[in-house]
Amino acid sequence: MLAYVLHLADNALVAGHRNSEWTGHGPILEQDIALSNIALDLVGQARNLYQYAATIANDGSTEDSFAYLRDAREYKNCLLVEQPNGDWAQTITRQYFFSAFQQLYYAALKGSADKTLASIADKSLKEVHYHNKWSAEWIIRLGDGTEESHRRMNLAVNKLYQYTGELFEAAHYESELVKENIAVDLRTIKEDYYENINKVISTASLPLPGNTFMQTGGKTGLHTEHLGYLLAEMQFLQRAYPNANW
Amino acid sequence: MQNNDWPLWEIFIRSKRGLDHKHVGSLHAADARTAIENARDVYTRRMEGVSIWVVESKNIHASNPEEAGDLFDPATDKAYRHPTFYDLPDDLKNM
Repeated sequence: MLAYVLHLADNALVAGHRNSEWTGHGPILEQDIALSNIALDLVGQARNLYQYAATIANDGSTEDSFAYLRDAREYKNCLLVEQPNGDWAQTITRQYFFSAFQQLYYAALKGSADKTLASIADKSLKEVHYHNKWSAEWIIRLGDGTEESHRRMNLAVNKLYQYTGELFEAAHYESELVKENIAVDLRTIKEDYYENINKVISTASLPLPGNTFMQTGGKTGLHTEHLGYLLAEMQFLQRAYPNANW
Repeated sequence: MQNNDWPLWEIFIRSKRGLDHKHVGSLHAADARTAIENARDVYTRRMEGVSIWVVESKNIHASNPEEAGDLFDPATDKAYRHPTFYDLPDDLKNM
């Protein structure tokens, strides 16, 4: 159960942290704020989940120790969210692929037998609806925009599509919980997911990626090289100055 | 020089307890729809509003400050335009 809650929290934290890297660097003030808002929403979701994980662990762990004092191998986020920001096209594609997933996932998690997870899902869902709408809108505009924006969007979609497969692979800690009706059965949302994202990709007049090899491993701690750098930056302060406080 | 910036939009927000949309500022956006989304992100982060209007700034026409005298001064000595010269019946409430 702890591993499962940490997995959900890590997804939100890493996705949020990646977006926060844009703060102050956005292409235009309004979008800088938009992406920072999304980052804050995601870090907020992560906090709720880490706090719940701390009560489950009941060993003195806190939301901060989970976020700042675990190494990459202990992180259980999917590979998609740790991918680097790249250009704007890659960032919004990563966000869209993830938000489209979170939207279906949280909608299903609302029905979880675990009341705390169900209420966190319920609270987060409105935020995710907006993330989904915002990022889909960008994909359509840029895919269907100029020659240059189309080219970049096409690259981004092809680059990140290979990380969508892992979203639907149940880790060992999930399968048990699915039987107890606590975790979401990923098979029930997979079809809708691909239908949704394929629709947006085609509306953006981008070619659908073919049957690609799907990368996997993040949910069980086997990450791409990128997560290590992300954690090094995010955890630096707590590692260098343990228990530093505001 | 060609201007490649997105056009400017004026943003009006209606707060939960207000009946009118109030001007809160302006921002850049590609079209009306993104203007509303940007306004949501820029101006309603702290629960300021329940409704958003956007108007492209070029569609707003303003009175000229130099004509302010001609426009507004003649009203200053016409106190009889204020409805303060009527005796209200005692039965009338809420006026």
